[in-house]
Amino acid sequence: MNVRVTVNGRAYEREVEPRLTLADFLRDELGLYGTHVGCEEGACGACTVLLDGRSARSCLLFAVQADGSEITTVEGLATAEGHLHPLQLAFRAHHGLQCGFCTPGVLLAAYELLSERRNLTDAEIRDGVSGVLCRCTGYQGIVDAVRAADREWER
Amino acid sequence: MKPAPFEYAAPRSLEEALALLAEHGLDAKALAGGQSLLPLLHRRRLRPRLVVDLNRIAGLDHIRMDGGMLALGALVRQSTAERSDLVHEISPLMYEVLPGLGDVGIRNRGTVVGNLVYADWGAQPCAVAVTLDAMLCIEGAQGKRALGAVGFFLGQRRVSLEPDELVSELRIPAPRPRTGHAWVQVADRHGDLPIVGAAAVVTLGPDGACAAARLVFSGVVGVPFDAAGTVGLLAGEQPSGELFAAAGERAAADADPVSDGRASAGYRRRLVRVLGERALALAAERAA
Repeated sequence: MNVRVTVNGRAYEREVEPRLTLADFLRDELGLYGTHVGCEEGACGACTVLLDGRSARSCLLFAVQADGSEITTVEGLATAEGHLHPLQLAFRAHHGLQCGFCTPGVLLAAYELLSERRNLTDAEIRDGVSGVLCRCTGYQGIVDAVRAADREWER
Repeated sequence: MKPAPFEYAAPRSLEEALALLAEHGLDAKALAGGQSLLPLLHRRRLRPRLVVDLNRIAGLDHIRMDGGMLALGALVRQSTAERSDLVHEISPLMYEVLPGLGDVGIRNRGTVVGNLVYADWGAQPCAVAVTLDAMLCIEGAQGKRALGAVGFFLGQRRVSLEPDELVSELRIPAPRPRTGHAWVQVADRHGDLPIVGAAAVVTLGPDGACAAARLVFSGVVGVPFDAAGTVGLLAGEQPSGELFAAAGERAAADADPVSDGRASAGYRRRLVRVLGERALALAAERAA
């Protein structure tokens, strides 16, 4: 089936099988390997992307469902010149990642959270990123990074 | 894991979707939010030949009042309902449980109706639908029917829905005046399905006594457990700690909980007693 999507501002068109997940579409069809695939059944949240501005697990969507949508992946956060997004700078400064496998999902969950609300409590930050599991037990650094980005990222 | 191959259809109208389901029967599966369906497809627990994507159908995502009831269309996302002032006003109990379902990413896709259709025995909205005497509007190629939530739930992940039928809308009655609602639960982790959850509704009369009360639990047996024995015990009585403790005892005595890997029947019975008491006390406090 034909799928047309805009990913990180660029239009793509591909012919795919209906059973292809959006996660596999982004990686295998578009070569955007920043979206990581962990559990493939919605538990880990590593594959979280923004679909029309809202976070969603790309393993729990078929690519054909995204036809006509705008998608943001982790590759879309930094500028084309390679300048990191303020949220990414905060993660670097506050040790918000260790192995980095969950980081794309955490960043996009945090991006949605901070796009909607500011001056968050730690409980709100924890709830906002609770959909993405980190197996390095690095949650404190993640919370520190999101708290800092809440202050430092000027929209 | 990857799903087995299937054909995909994205009908533009409910009639078209129902015609596809009628034609393909058990070989077809409807897709709304997909947060329950896709894991089942990935694990190949389900291998439909046709997936009927409902998301392109216009007019199924409404939240509105209709005949004195709150009407939620089949495509209303959980995250949309949890931000709705109308849901807050008319169904504070549903409003209270929605932010506890999974996490933001799940709720951005998952629908309120889909949660009911997949009917996990621990799921908060299923117990809430029974507590509030919600109605499900069910449409099939043969016509429409309306069913109360009590009759809809048949067992763990089993509901009264034929392969050629869809739930098009959930309808929740508006609360009576001087009514309080409460949900309390115990779960392993934040966002997990609760082991046991308790929904309570208490309506106070002009004299401050309980005019009506309802206590329903998730995670006790395969369908929401309606602790009906507590209704007579509470009716006409003045709210008090002793009264609600007695009601919790009664609910626990009437419960016949399941044991599984997460909790024993004995622990679940204890949760029924404690959570039932707390839910009633909180609902009564909010009603006052």
